[in-house]
Order: sequence, then C-alpha cells, then structure tokens
Amino acid sequence: MSSKTRKLAYSLAINEALHQTMTADSSVFLIGQGVKSPWYVGNTALGLLDKFGPSRVIDTPVSENAMTGAAVGASIAGMRAVVVHPRIDFMLYAFDPIINEAANWYYMNGGRASVPVVIWGIINRKGEQAAQHSQALQVMFAHVPGLKVVVPSTPYDAKGLMVASIRDNNPVLFVDDRCLYGIEGDVPEELYEVPIGKGIIRRNGSDVTIVATSYLVHEALRSADKLQQEGISAEVIDLRSLKPLDETLLCDSVARTGRLVIADGGWKTYGVAAELSALVHEKVFSSMKAPAARVTLPDVPAPASSALEQAYYIGEQDITRSVKRVMSS
Amino acid sequence: MAVNNAKLRELYHSMLRIRCCEESFIEPILSKEVRCPVHLCTGQEAVAAGICGALEKKDYIFGNHRSHGHYLAKGGGMKEMVAEVYGKETGCSRGRGGSMHLIDPQVGMLGSAPIVGGTISLALGAAMASSIRKDKRVTVSFFGDGATGEGVLCESLNFAALKNLPIIFACENNFYSTHLPISEIRVSNRIFEIGKPFGEQSFRVDGNDVLQVFDRAKKAVDLCRRGKGPVFLEFVTYRMHGHVGPDDNIQGCHTDIRPKKEIERWRKKDPIVKLERLLLRKKAMSRDALAEIRSMVEQEVREAHEFARTSPFPKKEDLHRYVFKD
Ligand SMILES: Cc1ncc(C[n+]2csc(CCOP(=O)(O)OP(=O)(O)O)c2C)c(N)n1
Ligand SMILES: [Mg+2]
Repeated sequence: MSSKTRKLAYSLAINEALHQTMTADSSVFLIGQGVKSPWYVGNTALGLLDKFGPSRVIDTPVSENAMTGAAVGASIAGMRAVVVHPRIDFMLYAFDPIINEAANWYYMNGGRASVPVVIWGIINRKGEQAAQHSQALQVMFAHVPGLKVVVPSTPYDAKGLMVASIRDNNPVLFVDDRCLYGIEGDVPEELYEVPIGKGIIRRNGSDVTIVATSYLVHEALRSADKLQQEGISAEVIDLRSLKPLDETLLCDSVARTGRLVIADGGWKTYGVAAELSALVHEKVFSSMKAPAARVTLPDVPAPASSALEQAYYIGEQDITRSVKRVMSS
Repeated sequence: MAVNNAKLRELYHSMLRIRCCEESFIEPILSKEVRCPVHLCTGQEAVAAGICGALEKKDYIFGNHRSHGHYLAKGGGMKEMVAEVYGKETGCSRGRGGSMHLIDPQVGMLGSAPIVGGTISLALGAAMASSIRKDKRVTVSFFGDGATGEGVLCESLNFAALKNLPIIFACENNFYSTHLPISEIRVSNRIFEIGKPFGEQSFRVDGNDVLQVFDRAKKAVDLCRRGKGPVFLEFVTYRMHGHVGPDDNIQGCHTDIRPKKEIERWRKKDPIVKLERLLLRKKAMSRDALAEIRSMVEQEVREAHEFARTSPFPKKEDLHRYVFKD
C-alpha cells in the first residue's frame, strides 16, 4: 500500500469516503435530509452535490419511512444507496423498511436478492436537546438478524468503515456520534476499507480490559492514562463493529487480564454492555477474577436541563471509578 | 362575522404575549443562559391566537417543535414555560423537556414534541377519545408544512374523515422546512388541497390576519362539535426568524437560506401591526389602551424571566424520577 497519510477531521474523513466511493462506483448514491446543506449533516456531504449532481445526491422532504424504503428498494434493484438520517431518532419512522424489509429480504427470499444498503444514523447528544433528540439506538438494530452495525470512533475508521459498509453486500447501519466530527486523526488519502466485524486494541494492558464503543473509546483511553499513574494497567479495546462482534479479540484480552469494564453510550438494560458481559461469562468465565462491570447510561430518557445532563452522561471518571471497583473486588 | 371589541382585545393581548415572550428569549440565548434549542414563532402569532381563541378550555391541542405560541394561546402559564426553557424544576415539564416539550393538561395543552409529524396521530387519538366519551371536545393538531412529507399525516387524515372525528388539522405553512423552501419538498404549495381526497373539509386561510384565522377556526370548531368534523386548515404565514434560535437564515450569512427581500416583504404583513391598525381604525382601542396592554405584557414577561432565573435546577438525585408513574 502506497499510503500518503495526513490529518483529517472525522466528518471530512466520511466526506472523503463518499467522494471516493461515488467516483469509483456509479451505483453509489446518497439520499437524506440535509445533504445539500452546508451545515445540516456537518461537513460530511461537502462538495458532493457539486461533483455528482442532484440525481446522486438527493436532499429529501421529511419522509424517513419512504426515503429509507426507497434506499432499500434501489439497492435491491442494483444500486448501492447510502441513506443518511441527521439524527438517529428520526430513523424510528423507518423501522419497517430497515427491520422487516432490509434485514429479512435476503433470507426470506432464499438468497435470491441481497440489499447492499447503508443506513447512516447520526447521534446528536447533549445541548439540552432532550429525549427525542439525543438517543443512542444502535443496539436495537444490532439485535436484528441480517443487519450489520458499525460505530467508528476515529477518522481513520470512519472513512474505512464507511467504504466497507458501502461495499458490503448486506444492509449495514453506520452509526456515528456528532461529538466526534471535529476530532482529527491520521487518514490515508487512498481508498481503503476497515473490515466490518473487527475490533482493535487501542492500548495494551495487563490488569483489566476496558472495551468501549464510539466516543467512549476516547474517554476510556483518558481513563487508562490516569489509571496507569495509579499503577493499574488497563487494556483498551475499541469494538468498532457491534455486529458482527469481534468475539475473539475481546475474549482473548479478557482471558489475559481477567477483568472487564464495558463502556457503551446506550442504555444499560438489554444493551451492548449486557451482551458483551454475557459473552465473556459464557466464553472465558474460568479466567475471570471479577464479574464484568457496565458503564452505560441509566435507564432514563435524556433530560433537557443541563443540571440533569451532567448526571446523565458518562465519561472518563465513570470508567475510572468502575475499573477501581473491579480491581478491588 | 362580527367580532366584538372584547374579543378583539383578547386576540390582541394573546398575540402580543407570544411576540414579547418570543423576543425576550433572544438575549438569554445569545448569552447562553438559555441552552436548549428554541424555535421562535415570531410572525406566526395570529395562527395560535386565532385558533385557540376559538376553542374552549376543555378542548385539546397538540404542538410540535415550534409551540411556544400554541401553549401560551391555549392558556399555558408563561412563567412555567420560560422556566422550562431555562431548564428549571419549576418549568411546565419540570426541566426535563425544554422548549420543545411544553405541556399544560389543565388547560387542554396535551403536549408538544419535535419529531416532525409525531403528534399528529396523538391528536387523532385525543379526538377519538372525545368521540368515544361523547364529551364534545375538539382537538387541534398543529404542524408545519414540513410535516406534510410524513406518511402519518395521510394516515391520520383518512381515519379522521372515515370516523368523522372532532379534529382540526392546522397546518402552518411558513414556506420553509429547516433549510429547504417549500418548492423543494412539494410540487404544489397549496397544502390545504391534500385534505380533500381524504374527505376532509379543507380551507386555506391568511395566517397573518387573526380575524380570518379566528373566523375560520370558529366555523371548524362548530362543525367538529356537532359531529361534522374533521376539518383541514392551511394557514399561510411566515416565521420572521430562522429555523432555530435568533439566526434569521438570511442568504449570504452562515445558514444562507432566505432572500432578504422576502423577509422584508413579510415584515410588512406583521400580524400584530395589522391588528393594531384595525383596532385604531375601528376605535376599538385607543393608542393609550394599546400602550397599556403592551406595558402589562412586558411586565409579565420580565416577571417570567425573573421567576425562571431564580428557580432551582432539578436535583441530580431526581434523575430517575418520572420514568414511570407509580
Ligand atoms: C422525524 C423528524 N425528521 C426530521 C426532523 C428535523 N426537523 C426539525 S423541524 C423540521 C422541519 C420543520 O418544518 P415545518 O414542519 O414546516 O415547521 P417549521 O419549522 O417551519 O415551523 C425538521 C425536518 C425532526 N425533528 N423529526
Ligand atoms: Mg415550515
């Protein structure tokens, strides 16, 4: 690989993935609210309309159900649609085309027609936006057979996973968090894929494994730095994909460290953390020195008032506290 | 329809309360004392005031993301609304909802929510409740031109007509849906026509003329009360500010959406100025009387902010409250 690399913001890494895949493959198109606006979906759609025109960069009325269904249908008919929802909350209108149709289509038609669609939902939390404008709903989709779900945390992965999602022959949910859009990281100029279903060790450690998703990976790394100063060596795993799940990476790590703290920005009950916890207890129970701990949102809708938001959202300190508890149990 | 002077004053008062309250948020938004997203309805006051002026207290309304006006016109407390926008425990939703979740069940304001089209079917359900109970209530569903893109509107229009439900579908057509002008989301901007094929009585009304709004709303309410609903009303109007906050979305600025000339054209059609002229012409109110109402309203707005500022924030220990009712 002759890879020239430079710093790029997360949102621009996604933008580059779209530019390059749309250039390379004329069956790729983007549809969703705000794709013609310079501010609606961050910078992710920058320059696409100018380059590819309104037949492949389609801003839409407020019609999530039909627009998502149309993306699914176009993909059944040979295109590779990317349908974007500027907030994942709005995507709930599209449960039917995503779950009943896209997820099941290949199976219930005996493999006769696949659905290479990307359904892209942006999480946009905080700012006193309250319950309908802050939700992290990715695990609901990860529950459904037939759907893949990716949750990139870095600009490198945002680009590589967007490319992989577009090229995948199945419906993939690409779920990113708006708070990541400004972070910068190394991104190769060339077109590359990050494999769906593969996690990555972001930091090696020996006492405890912290597995995190999306923005919490950064919080986990900060926590691990602090813990190091107190003599606790934490390994940090970035899951990158919720489904398929990189079971081997996680289980091998926990087999080595014997302890697990799971940090996920969804709700606690029946969530990502619950699934990962069940997994390690099934697979590597004998090497565990303590029960796995979950750092998640409480089972409460997102409050408006910033006074409550402070208590609601989780970060570095919650992870650190949880690690210490696990270390001393 | 003849509207007596007392009603004219009431409509004027109602609109002015909305206007002054809306404009009072600009400063605290800019200073970040108000942090939640606020969708101002300046310019659209006549729709809320005219419709709610035709309703009784027992009637129901549901709103959307831009519902300060709906809430106030229906009789919701200004103090509680302002405190909600500040995220305070004394707010109408106890600081859990913010500007986009206003509610006051005691005066028939059953809630507002920003999912576009999300409350239309809820309003349908409230009308259904009334028809089951035969309690002669009327429900109004407020939504914007943007909501005409959602399938749930068509589903609700059909069912309401099929069952003659006592509901008024009130579409505020301000010609914009976030960043898109109406020409980019619909072939026709004659929104009222979408009600017709479903069997709705459908009308287009000048939403900047509170008397026309009131008149048409009154007729619609009467029909619904007599079991002859539903009615679909389109109100042609304009929001003087941009989609969210005090940014006016003028072409050339960061958000770059609306032609300056267009905004100026609509400024001349200000619904409050229009009513003031009429009141003076008809000698329904003197200049002094108008000024008196204004200073009363300004006082109320000042007190509401004072109340909000001095109110406590919700307590962290109460984070888990209100998830379930016991
Ligand atoms: C289901 C859903 N999709 C998208 C949005 C984002 N959004 C917020 S308001 C709005 C459009 C509002 O336009 P309109 O209904 O005309 O009301 P207005 O803002 O003009 O009062 C959109 C698309 C949303 N809140 N909910
Ligand atoms: Mg509108």
